Amino acid sequence: MRTPSCLLPLTLDSAVLNLSNITDLSPLPDHILIELFLRTLRAGKLTERVLKLFIATGKDEVFSLIQELNIQVTVNPVLPTRTLNSDLTSFMNAWRPIFSRFHLIIVKDLDLKEEIKIPEGFNLDVYEKPDIDRLVGTSTSIIFSGYACRYFGYLVSRKKYIISVDDDCLPAKDNKGFLVDAVSQHITNLTTPATPFFFNTLYDPFTEGADFVRGYPFSLRSGVTCVLSCGLWHNLADYDAPTQALKPEERNSRYVDAVLTVPARTLMPISGINIAFNRDVVGPALLPCLRLAAEGKFRWETMEDIWSGMCVKVICDHLRLGVKTGLPYVWRNDRGDAIASLRKEWEGVKMMEEVVPFFQSLRLPQEATTAEDCVVEVANAVKEKLGSKDPVFARTAKAMLDWVKLWKSVGGCSSSPGA
Amino acid sequence: MATVSPTPLLKDELDIVIPTIRNLDFLEMWRPFFQPYHLIIVQDGDPSKAIKVPEGFDYELYNRNDINRILGPKASCISFKDSACRCFGYMISKKKYIYTIDDDCFVAKDPSGKDINALEQHIKNLLCPSTPFFFNTLYDPYRDGADFVRGYPFSLREGVPTAVSHGLWLNIPDYDAPTQLVKPLERNKRYVDAIMTIPKGTLFPMCGMNLAFNRELIGPAMYFGLMGDGQPIGRYDDMWAGWCTKVICDHLGLGVKTGLPYIWHSKASNPFVNLKKEYKGIYWQEELIPFFQSVTLTKDCTTVQKCYIEISKQVKAKLGKVDDYFNKLADAMVTWIEAWDELNPSAAKSAELPNGATK
Repeated sequence: MRTPSCLLPLTLDSAVLNLSNITDLSPLPDHILIELFLRTLRAGKLTERVLKLFIATGKDEVFSLIQELNIQVTVNPVLPTRTLNSDLTSFMNAWRPIFSRFHLIIVKDLDLKEEIKIPEGFNLDVYEKPDIDRLVGTSTSIIFSGYACRYFGYLVSRKKYIISVDDDCLPAKDNKGFLVDAVSQHITNLTTPATPFFFNTLYDPFTEGADFVRGYPFSLRSGVTCVLSCGLWHNLADYDAPTQALKPEERNSRYVDAVLTVPARTLMPISGINIAFNRDVVGPALLPCLRLAAEGKFRWETMEDIWSGMCVKVICDHLRLGVKTGLPYVWRNDRGDAIASLRKEWEGVKMMEEVVPFFQSLRLPQEATTAEDCVVEVANAVKEKLGSKDPVFARTAKAMLDWVKLWKSVGGCSSSPGA
Repeated sequence: MATVSPTPLLKDELDIVIPTIRNLDFLEMWRPFFQPYHLIIVQDGDPSKAIKVPEGFDYELYNRNDINRILGPKASCISFKDSACRCFGYMISKKKYIYTIDDDCFVAKDPSGKDINALEQHIKNLLCPSTPFFFNTLYDPYRDGADFVRGYPFSLREGVPTAVSHGLWLNIPDYDAPTQLVKPLERNKRYVDAIMTIPKGTLFPMCGMNLAFNRELIGPAMYFGLMGDGQPIGRYDDMWAGWCTKVICDHLGLGVKTGLPYIWHSKASNPFVNLKKEYKGIYWQEELIPFFQSVTLTKDCTTVQKCYIEISKQVKAKLGKVDDYFNKLADAMVTWIEAWDELNPSAAKSAELPNGATK
């Protein structure tokens, strides 16, 4: 029940929105500090930097709250570099207000020869071919080149949440003209429940100003853990080459102000351009395993993320975990020539005709209770049912098993069962 | 793709069905959009009360006496003292499309301040295909400025015919009584600029406040159940119709869309009155959802009527033990289909699902 607004709550809400400009919280009286802490937490804005600010006040109440609530801020944007762009300066400067408070992992595409240029002022780790070779060795069939280099970043991260953005994307603006904090929105998506078992016509019921509608069963209102958040793209939408070639001038300018849970057993093309996930729970299920024979350096010449996404969704449905789609948007720069890409053989497009029915009918056994178990089951099913249709599937199945092995040895502790 | 052609008016192919118990003043605001169309007004409550229809509208009006006269003993399937009686309007209509709206719903404005022609948007939704077999992350792929995303199989890009267009509401949201009691001041201010197909196999709560459908494709499934006077439940009429409709659409390969258009919902009903009406429904829906999620329709259910009769049998078999109400409801569902076929004789034969998209 909302009471009429008075000055104190308005001030606190304003403070939460402007946290990036606050450098010292110690002048605040204790009770206001605690209230600010709780509101920051509820708003999903308790980042490492902000947490440090609260800790720096030295107040006991803050420490005991942190202890009680078992707070761990763990976000890790992973940035793969593109072969055409070794100079990350303008990209990182554009994202600075949003990324600077997090630990970044930059993974250099194996095929990129030039030195990468990174501006100052970020807390980051960079991984290049020698690091990858050292950690992964040569016995694996996984090749961390092209768009797949980001998965190395997923492998070595030790944080709970990972956000991954293509480096031809910049922060977008919302329908009021404000810069979208994509990281914050992804975290909100991952830290509020998903509702895959029944569709809510007002979309995300946990967002401000919305709720479950009449007719939504009460037993389904607590939802399930959301482990994957799929964002969208303004300007150059993620179309395949034929579509983009047919509509060369089309740019996506529509801001759809919604986040929604993708229903259980509903599949969709999950684009890797702007995603976030809970590494602890589903890390192994995001996998760099399908490599097209003519895989290229433009998104519309790949299917690796689409394949990975189908696996993740089937696994999430099996483990009763949620996947959300919608906000946040990023702004994707124009790049590449769709018509030039049309000259390549349409492997990926043709492949989807086999892949979709396969995943739609895939059912995993009850005994598979972790993401690793599920990946192994999917790999076996791929080999059995798709292996004979095209050699790429047999290779993919093997790569999936290799990935699980790699995850177990390099990826740290194994994933937790569906939360 | 193609240049944007103006949306056809369909004024001779669409009826607007409005249930009312008070007055129809709200029609004044809708006049610029509704005047070309024929209205079917279903008057609930006391038939001796005269409902005034604003000048200039072409309409037919039915009160309880008319319903009893036309349907005879079959009138028992039409609810009394509940807006569920509106489904009589669907049955009596001879048109291809129906738009139904509540009498406390007004014209909303889009974010640019322009009045929303809800009927035009519903027509657009119904005339263009749905995509229930694979979710498109950019929502409606046929819309201006959007398309199918990378990875969407080409074989699924033609879509299927759209049977239902479910619109939304700004201002007073369609909450149940407990939610209304906890958040009496919450208003829906978010304009979500999207239309999307509800995927196959997914159920949703269908609200009858701002709803359009292709009567030829799905009409007989739009029975709004037994509610109101003499019934243990209210405010679940549209929910019931929605669950039956979605199961049948999934079986017959038809599409259900939700999202735009918005209307402005002005009147919040009394949450305590609502709680009394919904009370049983809130418990029963815990059984109803698993029931609908597991309904199976065999291959020989090739028409909406056959699907519906089959569902009524399963209602009796599986829900009869939840409450005797469901035995009565199952019987009423059969009565409804009989009445529908009587009033729509040629439709009974041509209701076999056509191949290809409807226009």
